[in-house]
Amino acid sequence: MKILVNAETKDVSAHVLSDILVELGYGDVKIATALNEAFVAKMARTQTNVVAGDRLEIVTPRQGG
Amino acid sequence: MWLRATGLKLSPQGRVAEMRQFYGTTLSSRLMLGTAQYPSPAILSDAFWRSDASVATVSVRREAGRGGEGQDFWDLIAALGVKVLPNTAGCHSVREAVTTAHMARELFDTTWIKLEVIGHSDTLQPDPFGLVEAARILCDDGFEVFPYTTEDLVLADRLLEAGCQVLMPWGAPIGTGLGLNNIYGLRSLRAHFPDVAMVIDAGLGLPSHAAMAMELGYDAVLLNTAVSKAGDPAQMAKAFACAVEAGFLAHQADPMPARDMAAPSTPVIGKAFLE
Repeated sequence: MKILVNAETKDVSAHVLSDILVELGYGDVKIATALNEAFVAKMARTQTNVVAGDRLEIVTPRQGG
Repeated sequence: MWLRATGLKLSPQGRVAEMRQFYGTTLSSRLMLGTAQYPSPAILSDAFWRSDASVATVSVRREAGRGGEGQDFWDLIAALGVKVLPNTAGCHSVREAVTTAHMARELFDTTWIKLEVIGHSDTLQPDPFGLVEAARILCDDGFEVFPYTTEDLVLADRLLEAGCQVLMPWGAPIGTGLGLNNIYGLRSLRAHFPDVAMVIDAGLGLPSHAAMAMELGYDAVLLNTAVSKAGDPAQMAKAFACAVEAGFLAHQADPMPARDMAAPSTPVIGKAFLE
């Protein structure tokens, strides 16, 4: 299915957020996530279903002022 | 006790030791420093060591390289040994800011959040209505909110009512380096809320701006661009550290009142040739 990952269209086969992150290469990376603009805690990723067209945000620590 | 940046020894009264707490945390210095726009990670680290800053502001941004860059940056910050203050920079809506705050809390494992809800793209001034709403949501959810605000007294009052225990009024718009644009307003804000921890955040360009903020009685300053965009960021960081301490010491020393008319400092009595 096609979803938006950080505003880019990605084709993924998994339907659970934790599996999608592994599929995209973020399995052991320090990240935080939001789905359709709502925060999804790390503990909740295994219970979060993703459907076609969903908007997934994946963020990491960065410089800031 | 010796002041870390300047090497100055305290007077016996030791008033400089009275560091105000930020949500129960006593900081080791009155300078908070941003981590953006440095020429290199090595220069960022050097600037932090020279600044003696106690807090580093950071952000969360979209991951493009599957973790490498973010992890490298996090390792760099962790090595500095300072308190981390994540921000919601660039957020223009309450929902965006709240979601970003939650992501930051999980990433950085801290309840501290520098809350920015931007209301105008040109001036980057806060949206006061969204700021209060987001602050209330986050305070209720256990965050310790550092709101980026203006010198507006009513807005400050609303933020305190929302649960904020720290206020961070701007000196001038972010990145301008203009210094303290509204001295009267900042002095008034300080006077109206003498027991609230307050940090001048944004708009500082020179160490003298930081010294002036501290002379007004503010508890700390937060800056980024003035150091990171200086020709020599590490030396400018040191200059700000000295200025912050100088301004604080001056405030504690109870400055003389200004006056319009001249008054000779050398005694007139006893002057030769005086008829």
